[in-house]
Order: sequence, then structure tokens, then C-alpha cells
Amino acid sequence: MNPSLPWFQNLPLWVTAVPLIGALVLLLVPKEKRRVFELGALAITIFDFLLSVPLWFQYDRSTAAVQWVTKLDWIPSLGVKFSIGMDGISLVLFLLTTFIGFIAVWCSFSAIGERHKEYYVWLMVMQFSMMGVFICQDMFLFYLFWELMLVPMYFLIAIWGGPQKLYAAIKLFLYTLAGSVLMLVAILAIYFLQAKTTGRYDFSFESFHAMAPIIATQSRNFQILLALALFVGFAIKVPMFPFHTWLPDAHVQAPTAGSVILAGILLKMGTYGFVRFLLPIAPDATKVLLPWFLALTLIGLIYGALVAMIQKDMKKLVAYSSVSHLGLCMLGVFSMNPNGLQGAIFQMLNHGISTSGLFLIVGIVYERRHTRMIADFGGLSKTMPVYATIFMIMTMSSIGLPGLNGFIGEATIFMGAFQVHPWWAVVATTGIILGAAYMLWLYQRVMFGPLNETNAQMKDLNAREIAYFAPLVVVAFWIGLNPTPIMEILAKPVEKLVIQVNPDFYKHEELAKVQAEAAKVGMAAMAAPAHHEAAEAHESATPAAEVHGGH
Amino acid sequence: MHMTTWLIPLLPLFGAAIIGLLGRKLGRIAVSVIGVGVVLLAFAFTLRAFVLAGSAPDHRLASCSFTWMSTGNLSVPMGLVFDPLSSLMALVVTGIGALIHLYSVGYMWEEEGFARYFAYLNLFIFFMLCLVLGNSLPLLFVGWEGVGLCSYLLIGYYFETDYAPAAGLKAFLTNRVGDLGVLIGMMALFAHFGTLTIAELLTKVGHLSPEVGFGILSFATLMLFVGACGKSAQVPLYIWLPDAMAGPTPVSALIHAATMVTAGIFMVCRLAPLFQLAPITLSVIAWVGGITALFAATIGLVQRDIKKVLAYSTVSQLGYMVMALGAGGFAAGFFHVFTHAWFKALLFLGAGSVIMAMHHEQDLFRMGGLRAKLPITFWTMLLATLAIMGFPGFSGFFSKDEILYLAYLRHPALWVIGVAAACCTSFYMWRLMALTFWGEPRDPHAYEHAHESPWTMTLPLVILAVGSVVVGYLGVPEAFGGHFAIGRFLEPSLSFGQLHAHEGHHEGPAILLACISTVLGLGFGLFGFLSYRSGTALAESRAARFPTLHRILLNKYYVDEGIERGILAPVRGLGRLLWQVGDVIIVDGIGVNLPAALARLGGEFLALFQTGRVRNYTLGMVLGALAILWIFFK
Repeated sequence: MNPSLPWFQNLPLWVTAVPLIGALVLLLVPKEKRRVFELGALAITIFDFLLSVPLWFQYDRSTAAVQWVTKLDWIPSLGVKFSIGMDGISLVLFLLTTFIGFIAVWCSFSAIGERHKEYYVWLMVMQFSMMGVFICQDMFLFYLFWELMLVPMYFLIAIWGGPQKLYAAIKLFLYTLAGSVLMLVAILAIYFLQAKTTGRYDFSFESFHAMAPIIATQSRNFQILLALALFVGFAIKVPMFPFHTWLPDAHVQAPTAGSVILAGILLKMGTYGFVRFLLPIAPDATKVLLPWFLALTLIGLIYGALVAMIQKDMKKLVAYSSVSHLGLCMLGVFSMNPNGLQGAIFQMLNHGISTSGLFLIVGIVYERRHTRMIADFGGLSKTMPVYATIFMIMTMSSIGLPGLNGFIGEATIFMGAFQVHPWWAVVATTGIILGAAYMLWLYQRVMFGPLNETNAQMKDLNAREIAYFAPLVVVAFWIGLNPTPIMEILAKPVEKLVIQVNPDFYKHEELAKVQAEAAKVGMAAMAAPAHHEAAEAHESATPAAEVHGGH
Repeated sequence: MHMTTWLIPLLPLFGAAIIGLLGRKLGRIAVSVIGVGVVLLAFAFTLRAFVLAGSAPDHRLASCSFTWMSTGNLSVPMGLVFDPLSSLMALVVTGIGALIHLYSVGYMWEEEGFARYFAYLNLFIFFMLCLVLGNSLPLLFVGWEGVGLCSYLLIGYYFETDYAPAAGLKAFLTNRVGDLGVLIGMMALFAHFGTLTIAELLTKVGHLSPEVGFGILSFATLMLFVGACGKSAQVPLYIWLPDAMAGPTPVSALIHAATMVTAGIFMVCRLAPLFQLAPITLSVIAWVGGITALFAATIGLVQRDIKKVLAYSTVSQLGYMVMALGAGGFAAGFFHVFTHAWFKALLFLGAGSVIMAMHHEQDLFRMGGLRAKLPITFWTMLLATLAIMGFPGFSGFFSKDEILYLAYLRHPALWVIGVAAACCTSFYMWRLMALTFWGEPRDPHAYEHAHESPWTMTLPLVILAVGSVVVGYLGVPEAFGGHFAIGRFLEPSLSFGQLHAHEGHHEGPAILLACISTVLGLGFGLFGFLSYRSGTALAESRAARFPTLHRILLNKYYVDEGIERGILAPVRGLGRLLWQVGDVIIVDGIGVNLPAALARLGGEFLALFQTGRVRNYTLGMVLGALAILWIFFK
């Protein structure tokens, strides 16, 4: 990053602003010019994606610090600042947003048959608000973007959705609004606690994170309530069991692009919230509530998979698979160690890619046959070989075949989870079997078997469709084969997060290393005192290797 | 040089990519040349690496390696290792793989999906080589899952049928259960040792003090063995392999006989020092292997489908290999993997030749008398049969004898089981041969049109037949005056410089045991041959005499039905229950829609008061004012 170039330094801000500017420009175009909206929106989002690519190279991987910082006073009397910046965790999700953005636009060309102007304008606003969530460093601003996000999604479902679009849209809006309000209560509680204890009025993430030790001194009830408010607020967005029922409805009714954005990015807001706020702000209360959180996580993981298995509607099946996959993601978050957290962020990314891909897959056959019922299909491999191949790749990516992206997240989450909660991890692996079962069974029923006459008329993918699948396929392979660059981006921020949650974590790690060295040399005399220290530092740590795992 | 080793797996991948992307545009000849050519080239490179590794001081040749992933304290390299074990296995994969690719050119020539078939088959070779040569457990796992995927795709190759995709799904899901074991095993090893690189892991195991970590080793190895059970079709996860015969016959030969199904045994050998330290796991392995060997062999006695007989035979032979591992005979187990690859691939390819000659007839009871029509197929299959039954001097004799002897040392009951399974093997193999090649043609029309296969198919048969006869001499046990050379060759891989196995060193009643098992095997073979030489009449009268036993065996002990009723149906039922009751009624109904409905009702109730008539509001105001006055001044 070169500080002498201010334009470059504010790049995230520009990337975020482009869709908004684009939306304003599109508003000026007469509404019957359908082609202008389609190509214009596509040009805007592709340009935006290309503009965001340099961020990848600018990002300094050697530090956990927030980068591209811009800070302006906004409402000084309340301590609200227009504060922008990103660390590695935000960056990865930010790039996912620009990436999914143009795919969502591109897949809409044939799916959207009316009110094109509004549609593409709302899509642009959607992009803007989602990117806003990832770049802001101020709670006030965060909440603003968080709520703004709901508006375009509401309209995307309520206008261009399926037969029960109004029910689904209102459910999505009210349900997630309820969560947001709880989150707002938690934000204000911290804000006023801060004012009371330190005299500061400041909404910045930094000062909120700095409140963690003060919160830890508050009454147990306060801490638990605070953690619960944040938990429910984010759990609805994830969605975790039992707050998930808005999701299948929203997905089934939404147009394909809506589902893609919903699965690809919107659901990541919840997990992002956990990583950004719940863990660093209320680590102690989280640890107290952890068994309950983990139980909900595991129920969601297995429940989602079981329910997905018997769905008759392809889209609903994919929607329930999201519940299951995000359960796995939360397992990584609640491991609260570097492997688990990195795995969780990877899983967010991978879910964004593979599940978006699967919704696109469903969209393709829906556009051709106007049905999503699994029973209506069969034998499509014969007439649609290209589609069959891409569907297979996305399926494999979704069920975590090594070599594709899904595996990286799964494997690191399990490695992390096993270190701290071995039995929970073992139970969670059943989700993997079920995941393969519902996806491959779906594939078999849709793509294999005898072909009937109606389906024999279905056309294989056209050039545009191949063009928007291609980036997803490439990225799926790229992450699967070479995840190291992303891991490098995440390493430092995750390390910082782990220290925020568990200040002693790396101390134990060091100790375990020393012990391992001692054991290797075979110097029992040296190992014994190290052992002793370990016992002092950590009560439950007796054998050398368990220290390493931490408790 | 170290870079060119990467070409070994990448060449088949390259082949798969070209054939897969260009597909039919290439034409059949180009597809054949690329498909077979890349595997042959990979074989040549493997041979070179094999020689170089053999002349290296520590018998190891490592390619350059990259960091594949690193998070927290987990760092996984991506590199290839050639040591005696992996390079020998890679030779089998590429060598026999090349032969079967060549055979496939003839066998699949008429099929519409010719290019698709070769793309999958090349991809399989790539993943199998990752599995064999990978230097870390995650890379092994990449191959492990990848071959599973290829197996799934190839079993379901005839995707327009109903049964083939179903068989593929069954294979994939059964293997997933096993894969889970591998994953948990890896987690446990990582949590304990902090590394997943195979060489580092084995070094650390060597430094393990006895009181620490044997529990975790038992757990981890047991979990890994669950994975081996899935891949190598052991009880109770063997159920997918017989169904996998829905795929084209060369696939059965390559994937479901010679290479992929032996991956489980390979993995255990790869981690042999780990398993050595887990005696509990070893006894579990020994008994599972023994039970599988006998159980599958008994089912094989009565099957009518020629490929099903061979499939159960494969399960049974895999049981032998696993039993050897459990008895601590890692080299012996792997030796049987090696010999079995030759003769079982040959048997399947021979069966394919017969099936093609009979116009896709697989029922043994409709064949007969094909000896004269298919001379090359007949003679080569005869040699393979002699090899698998353990006829003295043939390859199966040496490897099987070594296993039975080790089983005897472990527990005499295992020896009895092993010999019983060997008797069954002889019986069903001679039954198969007699029904196919002797007697009167039972389907005269098909017999009329039967003819020997083209050279692309018979050449591999001949090469494999030569191998089936001679490869046993690589491991002649000491009891027969040999040096068990293969055991010494594998020693550096299996012991990793720590433990010294004394395999191949026979004491006590070795010769006597070998004589007993051989004579019994020959006897049962003769019995099977004589029973079926002149047709099926004798068999049918015998089946009529033991109807229950016959039905149980014919229906494979009703295991599939039990799994459907005991596991699959309940899981689907649970899913339905959770959805329709749990989700629709409780969570969404009572949890979400009920409060929403209450809110709406409350709103509608309160709306009753909003009449819009001034007199109603005035009344309200007056009543309210009176109430306030009353409260304040009462």
C-alpha cells in the first residue's frame, strides 16, 4: 500500500460506491430500455469486481491491523464517525461480495421478465449495502448498512418472487428485523456502559472491543443477557436452528439472483457478526453459554441435513442444506481456536461459492421447465452434458470432495473442533455422510435414469450461462488446490481474534512446543519443570499433549 | 528429475482433461491413443522413479513439495514420495492400469460414451496415484475420495438405467461412512501429534513413550481401519462392491479388483508402524478380515451372475489381505495385493471377453462349452483360476500360504477360517470355469455367434496370464527354500527403521499346514468342477435338498434388506418427521406463525375500537376522564 496515493488508499470506499453511483445512473435511463439495464448492471458489477481485485494485492498480510482506514467525524455529539477500513476477515468476504455480484446480475437476464429498471437498481443497492457492512468500522454505520440490506432484498423477493412471495418477503423482513433490534439493544447497552465507566462516547469497533475487559467485570446476568442478545441477533441471520424457518421460504420464493445473494453473502453476515462482535466483546459469557450454543449448532447441522434429504423441491433441498453447512461453520466458530476459526471463515467463503452455484443450477432447469420438483426430472445427463458436468462439480464442492474448495473448510474446522471438543466433532461428522446422501440422491434423481419426452426437449447451457458458471468452477478448484494465499490473509486477524477470546492460548502453545522439544531430546529433567508450569498455568492440563489442545 | 516425478500423476490428469473437454470431437482413435498413451507414459516414468528410489541410500525418493494449506498449527505439504511400498503400488496402478485401458479400447468401442469413459478412467489413475504417492495424510485422502468419485461415476456409467446410478450411490455413501473414519482418525492423530505428514508422523510414533498415547493410537488406528473397511469392502461395509458390478467390466477389473479396493490395505501398510503399536486394533483387523474372507466366499458359491461370483471372490480375497495385516504380516498382506492384482484383473477381463462373446449375457447358467470358441480367453482364465486357488507353483499359492501361516500363528481358529474360505474359493472358481467353458451350450443361439475378442483385448489377457504364473516367485517363503524377497524389499517402508518384522521366516508345522490347505483346496476344486462339468442339473437337485440354506446364500444373508429396514428407512422417516412435525408444525408453526397470528388477532381486536365515529371516541374520553377523577379523588 502506497500512502502517497490517496485514491488508491481509499479503494474499498470506491468499490463500495460504484454500485450506488451505478444505481443513480441507471435511474436516469428510460424504463423500457431493457437491454441497457441488463448490460449496464453487468458492466457496473464486473467493473466493480475488477476494481476490487487490487485490494487482494494491496493487503498487508503481516499484520492484523485494520487497513485502508478512513475516519471522518459524522455526528460528533454522539461519537459517531464515518469510519472505514478492513482486516483480512472482512476483505475475504468483501471480495466474495463483488465476485458474486456480477454473477447474480448475469444470471438474471433471462429470469427477469418485467420491471427491469427497478430490478437492476435494487440489485445495485443490494451490492452497495452488503459491501458497506464489510467495510465499516463503526457500530452506528454498521447497523445502518445492516438494516439497509433488508430493503432491497425485501423488494427482490416481494416483486420478482414466486407464488407466495409476499408471505416470504414479510417473514424475512420481520424475522431478521427482530434479530437486528436485539442486536441494537446490545449495542446500546455497551455504548452506555462505556459512557458510564470511561466517559467516552464512541461507536468505533475498536472501542467496543476494548470494552471486553470491562464487560467481564459486570454482573453475570448482564453478561449473559448481552451475549444472548448478540447471539440471537446473529443466529437469526445465519440462520441457526431454531431460527431458520424464514430461510427455506425466502429461498423458494426468491428469484434465482435473490437466492444467490441470500446464500452467497447475506447469510455470511450472521457468522461475520459472531466472529466480529460476539466472540471478542463477550468471550467469557460465550464460554459459559458454549454448551448450549454448540448443542444448537449440532442440532442445526444434522437436522438441516435430515430435513434436506426428504425434500421434494430442489430449491428447498438446497436451502436446508445451507442450514446444515452453516451449522458446520458455527462449529468452527465455537471451537475458538485458530484452526476452527480459519476453517469457519473458509466455510463461509466456500458455502458462498458452492451454494450459490447450486441455486444457479436449480435456476437453469426452472427457467426451462417452470418446475423445481425433483420428481419431474430424470435422465438430464443425456441432453445436457455440460450442465451435468457443472452440476457434478458443484455437488462435489458442496459435499467437500478434497481438491475442491469445500474440503478445505471442512477439514480445518474438524481439525480445530477435535482439538477442543472431540466428541462434538465426531458427532458432527455424521453431517458429512448425510450431506453426500442428499446431494447425490438429488443428482441421481435429476440427472440419471430414463429420460422422458418433455425433458428430452431441454437445451444444454448457452454461452451466457457457461460464462457465469465458469468463474465459480475456477474459484472452486483454485481454493481447493491452493488455499494458502487466503490462509495467509486470514492468519493474523484470526490470531488476534484468538487472543481476544482466549488470551492464554498461544502461551500454552509455546509451552507445548517446549515440552515437545524436551521430550524429543529425551531430557526428562527438563520436561518435568515444564510440566509443572503447565499445571500451574492451566489446571486441567496434565499430560503434555493435552496442553496443546487447550480446554 | 524431482520435477518429472510430478508428471506421473499429472499425465493421466492431463489426459482426462483433454478427453473430457474435447470429448467426441476427438474421435475414437485419438481418444484411445491419448487415453492409453498417458497411462503408458506414466508407467515409464514410474519405472524410472522405481529404479532411482531403489538405488537411493535410504530407498526413498521425494519430489519437491509445496505447502498446500497452513492454518494455525496445521501445515500440510503437497509432495510425492517413492519408497519401496509406494513405488511398487504405483507400478501396479500404472502397469495393470495401462493394460486395462488397452483392453477397454476393444471392449467399449461400440459405446456411445466412449470419450466419457476414458476421461473417467484416466482421472481415476490420477487420483489413485495421489493416494499411493502422497506424502501426507490429507493428500492421501484427496486420492482416497477422488477414486471414490471416479468409482461412483464409472459404476453409474450406464446412467440411463435405474440400477447403475443406484449402485453408484450405494458405493459412494457406504464409502462415505468409511471416509468419516479416516477423517476422524486424521483428526485424532493431528490433535495428538500435531502433524499429518506421513514421514513426520511415523518418526514421532517411534519416539512415543509407552505410557503416553497408546489409547489414542488404538482409537486413531481403529478409525482409520473403518475407512479401510469401506474402501476394501470388509464386513460390514462390503455391501457396495457386489453392486458395483453394474459398471463396465474393465472398470470392475481395474477399480473393483486390482487397485482401488486394495487402497485400504495399502493405507494400513503405509502407516504400519502406527498399527504395530495398537495390538487391540490388530486383533480387530485380523478377525474382521477372517470373517469377511469366509462370509463372502460362501455367498460366492451359489451366485449365477459371472461377475457377481468374481465380486464376492474379490471381497473374500480382500478379507485374506486384511487378515494378514491383523496378524502383523504387512508384507504378506501387500504381497497378496500384488499377486491378486494380476490374477483377479485377468479373471474379470476374461469374464468381460466371455460376456462380450455372449452378447452381454452374464448368467453362468446360460453359458457352457465355450472352450473351443474362445481359446485364448479359456487358457488365460484357466491359469488365473489355478493362481487364485493356490495351485502349487502359481502366484496365489505363495501369497496365500504366507497369509495362512501367519493366521495360524495369530490364532489357529483364523487358520481354520482361512482354509475353509480357500476351499470355497476353489469350489466356486471351478464351478465358474466348468459352467462357462465345459458342458453343452445352454444358449445355442448366443453360442453360434460367439467369437474370440480382438487383439486389444486378448493381448492384456496374455500378459496378465504370464504375470499370474510368475509373480509369486518374488516372494517365495523360506519354508519353500526362498527368501521372501518382497518382504525384504518392502522392509524399509513397513518398519520405517524401527521394527524388524520376521515375516517369511517359517518355523514349526509350516510345510504340514501348507500341505493340508493345498490338498483340501485341490479337492474342493475338483469337487466343484465335477459337479458342474456336465451342466446345472446336479446343482439344482442339490439346491432342492437344502432349500433354506440355498435361499439364504442366494439372497446374500439378507444383509441389504436388513440395512434398508434397519437404517435407511428409519433415517428417511426421521427426516420426514423432523420436517413435517418439527419444522412445519413446531418451529415454524408454534414458534413463528403463531405469535404472528396472535399479533394480527390482537391488532384486529383493537381495531374494533377504531370505529371512526366521533360519538364513540367522545364516550371513551368521558369514561377515561371519569376514571382518572375517580382514581385521584376517591
